[in-house]
Amino acid sequence: MSRPTTVTLFIQCLVDALFPEVGEAMVRIFDRLAIPLTYPENQTCCGQPAYTCGYRHEAASAARRFIDLFEQAEVIVCPSGSCVAMVRHHYPELLKHDPVMHQRALAVGSKTFELSEYLADVLGLTDLGATFPGAATYHDSCHLARTLGIREQPRRLLRHVRQLQLVEMANSDTCCGFGGAFSTNYPEISVALVDDKIDHIVESGAETVVGCDAGCLMNIRGRMTRRGIDIRVMHLAQVLAGGERV
Amino acid sequence: MIHRSSPYSEAARDGMHNACLQKSLRNLQARYGKGALDIWQSLPDPGLRHRVKARRMQTLAHLDQLLALLAEGVEAQGGQVYFAATAEDANRYVRDLARKHGVRRVVKGKSMLSAEIGIDAVLAADGIEVIETDLGEFIVQIAGSSASHIIAPCIHMDRQQIGRLFADRLGIPYSDDPPTLTRAARKALREKMLTADMGLTGCNLACAETGQISLVSNEGNIRMATTMPKLHVALMGMERIAATLDDQRQLLQLLTRGAALQKLSTYVSFLGGPRREGDPDGPEAFHLVIIDNGRSRILADPDFREVLACIRCGACLNICPVYGRIGGHAYHSPYSGPIGAVITPLLQGINRHADLCRGETLYGACRDICPVDNDLPRMLAALRHKLAYGDPAWQVRPHNRLEALGFALWQRSISNSWIYEMLLRVVRALQRPFVNPQGVLDPLPGLKGGWTEGRDLPPLAAVSFRERWRTTLGRGRAQVPARSHKEQHHDA
Repeated sequence: MSRPTTVTLFIQCLVDALFPEVGEAMVRIFDRLAIPLTYPENQTCCGQPAYTCGYRHEAASAARRFIDLFEQAEVIVCPSGSCVAMVRHHYPELLKHDPVMHQRALAVGSKTFELSEYLADVLGLTDLGATFPGAATYHDSCHLARTLGIREQPRRLLRHVRQLQLVEMANSDTCCGFGGAFSTNYPEISVALVDDKIDHIVESGAETVVGCDAGCLMNIRGRMTRRGIDIRVMHLAQVLAGGERV
Repeated sequence: MIHRSSPYSEAARDGMHNACLQKSLRNLQARYGKGALDIWQSLPDPGLRHRVKARRMQTLAHLDQLLALLAEGVEAQGGQVYFAATAEDANRYVRDLARKHGVRRVVKGKSMLSAEIGIDAVLAADGIEVIETDLGEFIVQIAGSSASHIIAPCIHMDRQQIGRLFADRLGIPYSDDPPTLTRAARKALREKMLTADMGLTGCNLACAETGQISLVSNEGNIRMATTMPKLHVALMGMERIAATLDDQRQLLQLLTRGAALQKLSTYVSFLGGPRREGDPDGPEAFHLVIIDNGRSRILADPDFREVLACIRCGACLNICPVYGRIGGHAYHSPYSGPIGAVITPLLQGINRHADLCRGETLYGACRDICPVDNDLPRMLAALRHKLAYGDPAWQVRPHNRLEALGFALWQRSISNSWIYEMLLRVVRALQRPFVNPQGVLDPLPGLKGGWTEGRDLPPLAAVSFRERWRTTLGRGRAQVPARSHKEQHHDA
């Protein structure tokens, strides 16, 4: 596929407000690839929290707003598997009773990509020229791996990072226990799940855990620092851009 | 925090603190969860599950005709069929049968449906002794406990606990040697089987074409419970039917693979009526009780119909990380795990079991492992939708008006990027006193307390991405004509 003239950045609320360095890393990656970028400054939230909690009217309102904002884009790229799953899979479902909006949702969904998916599948890239020393393990986030079926793409990109040794943890695709509102509604269960995840990360011997969803990374890091475990938690974009802490 | 003191959270906490349960669940999930996924991935016919699901949905679309055909077949073989609309109706029928036949002792085959309708208590109230003959069910019964897994009922107990239980209840010397314990149970159960007046079982899957029900087991106890007593009563959920023998064969093979990684269970019984002339054994009378108890309502709702395709293999329990931590008792239902989280609210009340609808991460492995390809996360999301706004068709009230108000306000704030950004700035200013030297927020009261109790929470970044874009990142880039978005509120 030929490179598009412009990538439109979909920087989800969590990255915008809490982890802007992930968005910056993404900008650096595309700048290095000499791909023009645009960023609709009116963007806010894709509506996933409302959808997950059952508030579909509010989620549909967010969906309509997102479609209005982004439908002129050539391609939309987002550093989150769950936000892309929201746009690609749940927008058409939320808007299925409105044939025009449904079509528009499908059209926007078909050109919205998660970062690793876009780099590996659409651009066909494997080596982004990044260097990142040490052993790293990859956490498969639920919606990225199971809803979008993206498991190999991030690993392929990581394997080509210089000085990075990719080691697999046990049960890499088991949920970290975040689950959005689940993490605050059922904190004890959520912490038990992230403890399992962290144990597997530690057992892998990795010095860095890499993921593609800021929600998981916030959960994993938040528990790790509480447990006093010194393992870096990073978004794939940061590793591919060169590397700084989340 | 409403949820933290709920029965779900309380029982979940008990489960998480039960070391024996935790050890068993880890072994179970490592073996059976992964094992079932491996089996599906290596099926010689990769389209099998999808095809079987399609047949299952077709069967459900013609359920009335197929049940009528099944009933005709059973009656032609001398059996009797009763359609029970409710649990009470089913219980009354079975109790009346027991009274009519002067039943004093009932031996049961493992049946989740019997627990769903609560038949044991109804028979016990008549002074009838009811004995479970599945080893796991027998153990939880004499322990006065309840099943915590669809297939492995006593997974919350270890052999030392079972040894102490048997010493206490069966009067044998203490032992934690499994063969010794199994022999003790076998001896106790044989005596009951030989003297029982009624065998009471479930039905794994009936077949309309042949007019038979089928039961799978590995212990052989079901064979005895269905052939030794003079009366056999089978309880069947109205959805547990295959149209043809071929459908039934495929489903049974998926069932035993999903449940126990077996190509076929040790025993598969096909039963459809009382003993016939020349039969070496079998009951004198056979009754099939086909039970609705809320299933028609599920069938009528396109959002939930597919859950009736479930064949209760329990594979989703063996992969779910939430079940794998909290165990089955937290579900307060015979049906635990992901399937329990969907079917229990639908059968017993969505508000009553709101925690089951909301207490999952929507991880999605239950969908990958389901032999009939059920999309349980989709149905959990649909249940949450009902809880959000209420639904008179399901007698659901809005679950949490404060949360609803919160999302209504949230919708306003994300509909306008100016308001959104202002709010972020306000939070940024308010959080300042709470940011500690480690750069994370101190434990917070209220809504976020659930997070900060066990985890650190990062503060909002000093400069958001949008601000960085505006001031530096976006500078000097070629202007791309982008459609300007009118700031407006979209009402859904």
